[in-house]
Amino acid sequence: MAATTSERPKGAKLNLYGGWRAAWPFLLPSFLGFLFFFLIPSVRGIYLSFTDWNLIANDGDWVGMENYDRMVDDPLFWNAVKVTAYYVTLNIVTQTILAIMIAVAMDRLTKSSVVRSVIMLPYLIPNVVVALIFVWLLNSNLGIIADLFSFFGIDSNYFAGPDAVIPTIAGINTWRHMGYTALLIFAGLQTIPKSLYEAAALDGASELQMMRNITVPLLRPVLALVLVITVIGSFQVFDTVQVATGGFGGRPGGPGDSSRVIYVYIYELAFGRNELGRSSAIAVALLVFLMFVTFFQLKILRANESDLA
Amino acid sequence: MSTALAGMAGGRADSTGARFGRGTAWLLLALLIVATIFPFYWTLRTGLVTNASLFESTTDKSVIERILPEDPTTVNFRRVLGQATDEEILEATGRTNSASFDYLTAMKNSVIIATFIAIGQVFFSALAAYAFARLRFPGRDKLFFLYLTGMMIPPIFVLIPNLLLILGDFWVFDANGHEWLDWVPGYDASSRTFLLGRLPGVIAPFFFMTPFAVFFLRQFFLGINRSLEEAALIDGASHFRIFRSVILPIARPQMITLGVLTYITAWNEFLWPLVVTQQFPEKQPLTVALGVFTTQQPGTQPDWSGLMSGTLLAALPVILIFMIFGKRLVDSIQFSGIK
Repeated sequence: MAATTSERPKGAKLNLYGGWRAAWPFLLPSFLGFLFFFLIPSVRGIYLSFTDWNLIANDGDWVGMENYDRMVDDPLFWNAVKVTAYYVTLNIVTQTILAIMIAVAMDRLTKSSVVRSVIMLPYLIPNVVVALIFVWLLNSNLGIIADLFSFFGIDSNYFAGPDAVIPTIAGINTWRHMGYTALLIFAGLQTIPKSLYEAAALDGASELQMMRNITVPLLRPVLALVLVITVIGSFQVFDTVQVATGGFGGRPGGPGDSSRVIYVYIYELAFGRNELGRSSAIAVALLVFLMFVTFFQLKILRANESDLA
Repeated sequence: MSTALAGMAGGRADSTGARFGRGTAWLLLALLIVATIFPFYWTLRTGLVTNASLFESTTDKSVIERILPEDPTTVNFRRVLGQATDEEILEATGRTNSASFDYLTAMKNSVIIATFIAIGQVFFSALAAYAFARLRFPGRDKLFFLYLTGMMIPPIFVLIPNLLLILGDFWVFDANGHEWLDWVPGYDASSRTFLLGRLPGVIAPFFFMTPFAVFFLRQFFLGINRSLEEAALIDGASHFRIFRSVILPIARPQMITLGVLTYITAWNEFLWPLVVTQQFPEKQPLTVALGVFTTQQPGTQPDWSGLMSGTLLAALPVILIFMIFGKRLVDSIQFSGIK
């Protein structure tokens, strides 16, 4: 039997795996989706950034680099960059540190899927819902968390002020994402051989030494991927800001310009001011920037190399 | 408590330092679980009392005394669901007409949108994943790489172009009406309301694929043993047959997991449905209806108990799905590593 299989001409075996004739019906639906909602829109997005497109007239003229020139000279754009960077820094630092602590604690104490499920829950709740819940919890008159903070001497009006809005939103999203991020890191921790810790403990290593010399280096590839995903996601914060600052008589991005992150600004330019060209130019800049961020993060964190060799 | 026991159970970890470490770790986890659950509990508690009671208890009572609701009532939840009488509403809010949105309609829209997206996306992505994992054709790897680059595109980058598409402007560089498209159902070149404010418009961009779904399923299909399929192929089975009778049954659990994740993601989507349905209240999913409703609330003395009831009800389906599939979702993280 084995002999007959090996004597079969090469072409016949290849035929089993199709070629385009077999592949096209499998690929057609997804390709149409990709073409219409990813590829064409991407080309069109770049094209729009060189025009002064007007949504109401649905028309626009080619204006060359004008939108990009205006972007560079636009103080509101640079404000949005600054606000977003501030948000990303706060959000990523708190979220990552807490997630690592949670993951390490879970790794030591429990593999319970109930515990893991509970800490994942906030990540599955709509941003809009999370934002509203926290607007209520932090309400200056009636909010219970605001009340607790006033017990520690923090004025309950603090959360409504322009200085607190970005830290507050960063905190809300840290609450929503830290459990999920912890689960990703926890999955990475499972790949580290337990024998390394046992050997280190026998040699009298402290918790802190084990953390620094075993956990962190061996976790690096996972941590790199987690950071890429969370940083990219963090730069794209929108729902929480829009709902938390736009409701109850507020204006999205407020008070003043204090929470107008890049997504909110792009949205406002397009749909508030009907300046689709300028809006698209900033979206192009964001795309290019995020690609660089991904590339450099993976380079710096050497994501594809593990120290476990 | 269990801290000491756990410390001792660790065997060698019986030094004071290790026990302290375990104690701190348990404390951290307990705090985390309280911090995760409390906001949901407080939302429920707020929904169970009237606005007047909220105001009184805040001024008169300490935080601890306020933990349990006083004179709980279901009137707020019934208000949101449109089941309360006018007298009840007056009594609960002190207003004759409490502004509200049509919760049941929004709920229906959310269910339709999320169901169509979950089924379409998983099925069509599975077809593509089969081709990438099992078939050989020229340019396969290049095409797959092209799909993957789609993962890098921030949603806002394609937001405006996708809106133009939904408005019926199919041609990339010229948006003015085209008579040759008249055969497309609902297309009207002059009014430009092709899919704007319609559920298919909300569904379309996520219906056929996402790069992540293709990637996730291809990864899984690659791990399935080929010997069974090869035997079937030699016996002359078609690839569709193999996809249906070999791959689908084996990949069923993973496809359900992906489907549940896709359903929740679609349910939570805000930016795209906001753009498509902003001017069409009767077509808004829950997230958009809730977001728009919030912007209509006054800055002082909004209807907190009504709002929190609606907020909790908007999250309820996700919480239910989570109770059924939670373990499956958590375990999938171990498998995919991402998302």
